[in-house]
Amino acid sequence: MSEKPAHLFEKTWRAHKVRELPGGQTQLFIGTHLVHEVTSPQAFAMLRELGLPVRFPGRTFATADHIMPTDTQARPLADPLAETMLSELERNCAESGVTFFGKESGYQGVVHVIGPELGLTVPGSTIACGDSHTSTHGAFGTIALGIGTSQVRDVLATQTLAMGGLKVRRIEVTGQLRPGVYAKDVILAIIRKLGVNGGVGFAYEYAGEAIEAMSMEERMTLCNMSIEGGARCGYVNPDATTVEYLRGRRYSPEGEAFERAAAEWVAMASDPGAEYDDSVCLNGEEIEPSITWGIHPGHNIGVRERVPTPSEASEDERAGIEEALEYMDLDPGAPIVGTPVDVAFIGSCTNGRLSDLREAARVARTGTVQEGVRALVVPGSQEVSRQAIAEGLDEVFRQAGFDWREPGCSMCLAMNPDKLIGREICASSSNRNFKGRQGSPSGRTLLMSPAMVAAAAIAGRVVDVREVL
Amino acid sequence: MNANNLTSIEAVSGRACVVRGDDIDTDRIIPARFMKDITFDAMGEHLFEDARKAAKGNHPLDDERFFGSDILVVGKNFGCGSSREHAPQALMRYGFRAFVGQSFADIFAGNCCSLGLVCITLSERDAEALRESVELDPEQVVSIDVSAETVTCRAGALSGNIPKGTRDRLIEGHWDATSLLLEAEGAIEKTAEGLPYVSGY
Ligand code: SF4
Repeated sequence: MSEKPAHLFEKTWRAHKVRELPGGQTQLFIGTHLVHEVTSPQAFAMLRELGLPVRFPGRTFATADHIMPTDTQARPLADPLAETMLSELERNCAESGVTFFGKESGYQGVVHVIGPELGLTVPGSTIACGDSHTSTHGAFGTIALGIGTSQVRDVLATQTLAMGGLKVRRIEVTGQLRPGVYAKDVILAIIRKLGVNGGVGFAYEYAGEAIEAMSMEERMTLCNMSIEGGARCGYVNPDATTVEYLRGRRYSPEGEAFERAAAEWVAMASDPGAEYDDSVCLNGEEIEPSITWGIHPGHNIGVRERVPTPSEASEDERAGIEEALEYMDLDPGAPIVGTPVDVAFIGSCTNGRLSDLREAARVARTGTVQEGVRALVVPGSQEVSRQAIAEGLDEVFRQAGFDWREPGCSMCLAMNPDKLIGREICASSSNRNFKGRQGSPSGRTLLMSPAMVAAAAIAGRVVDVREVL
Repeated sequence: MNANNLTSIEAVSGRACVVRGDDIDTDRIIPARFMKDITFDAMGEHLFEDARKAAKGNHPLDDERFFGSDILVVGKNFGCGSSREHAPQALMRYGFRAFVGQSFADIFAGNCCSLGLVCITLSERDAEALRESVELDPEQVVSIDVSAETVTCRAGALSGNIPKGTRDRLIEGHWDATSLLLEAEGAIEKTAEGLPYVSGY
């Protein structure tokens, strides 16, 4: 073990390198391949056309999430296009021997929620999925890559990917987060500091006291939005919190094998003295509850701040700010607190896990949803739903006037019936505030933590969650 | 798609179209509601659909001077957001074969490579020179030389960047990686055996 100190990214990359490709890219083994209904049908079709089987069906796991309606999921689905996509996935999985977590399995949910839940996401592994928020799995200390459909085909056919290397930037968040400040606020603050394209060509390693203190679910929220900062992936080094989370999961090893695995996992963490291509430090104590005001996640401010004024911005940013303010119909220099909302959405692979629902429920107990506001709570998976119901959270939400739904991606994107209408403005716990993201071409999104969303639903406008907690 | 029939992509030339703005995300390129399909066939029809509607006829795609272009000239961080290959598929099916800008999101660039589409980056100044040149004279032929990493237009030969791995795959015809990856054969299983979480703890 007298090797040069290495970070987790390097150790994991090395263990998964099949060979160097002509041209210098690496053929990288993908230990776990997650599949969903939107980005896989064309890949299975291409595979069939090539006459190739799925190379490692035992390392490939599928579920349906994006198109799933959240009111009723009875078959056939009401939307014939959605039904076609779902049955196509079922057929592809059945024909190729891939495990499919459908409704009957009891483990259906957003692909990035169920992977960790089932114990499929382990430290020092590589994971790929035809979905950019695959970065979520980095919470466990994995190289987790979002890929396109042609690459899904490559992984199905060979369980490998052709990948160029990445640089690694260590992002340290020091100190303790203050009350009312969540992992969502931390990642928004990081993106605000480094920009939406600041991470292009990088893997982000999150470290420091504030990150170490986070639960696995919080680490998932953090890593989930790495992609929003332009990073190809993001990760947290595995530690005792990681190991305890994995104990007793459906795919976790048992007994002595678990202890052996745990030792392997922790050994994958970055060595002291490892070299990084870049490092950045943020003071966790200074992070405020954050909220977006514009049309990408970098357009965010602390909830007590004011919306930017184009004339005060750098020339480089001015046009972008003007476009965003016009689309959002917000006044330059206006406080963001008090902005009226029409819709509130709690859910998604960013913030649709049990701890998110608990935090939102804490707020929901303090009042009832403002008249005229549509408020939705969508658990990230059937498992999350079961746990929340066991704690009575569904009742807390219902009594406060929230709609309690079936699991799925829901209003995070516009592929199921949950959509914004017209110019509606939505307080959302999801990850993207792009123009039209929530289904209406002119709909507007304010990203924030689930607790902030619950507070906005009750007040009917943006509030500082610290006032109600 | 034929695994044995490698097509080398050494150059793309043709007329260009300019879509201005930074951070144009893949939701904007192809809104999610059009992805409810099990093939990519219809993607080209919905390229930039909401942006075009919002621009009420003033979107560059609706400017007849740019009709039939092969190259799309963009800004910074083009293709950010969702990993959906539906975005480059829509661009390709609409007729674009190459993209020039200051920077591209990683996943978007990777998807383009898989489809044999060229992404080349230029400096801020050269990208602006190209955008102005094309807007002024959309009839001109713009040429991209993949191995020389240049974009030639009326404003001159601008030197750009295509990452080496991608460049080699385009030139050698291995942009569709499947056949190349299959060549590793037994080395794939061997790597798998060395990984306890795959082979057993
Ligand atoms: S919840 Fe949203 S971001 Fe996550 S996988 Fe679904 S659509 Fe993508």
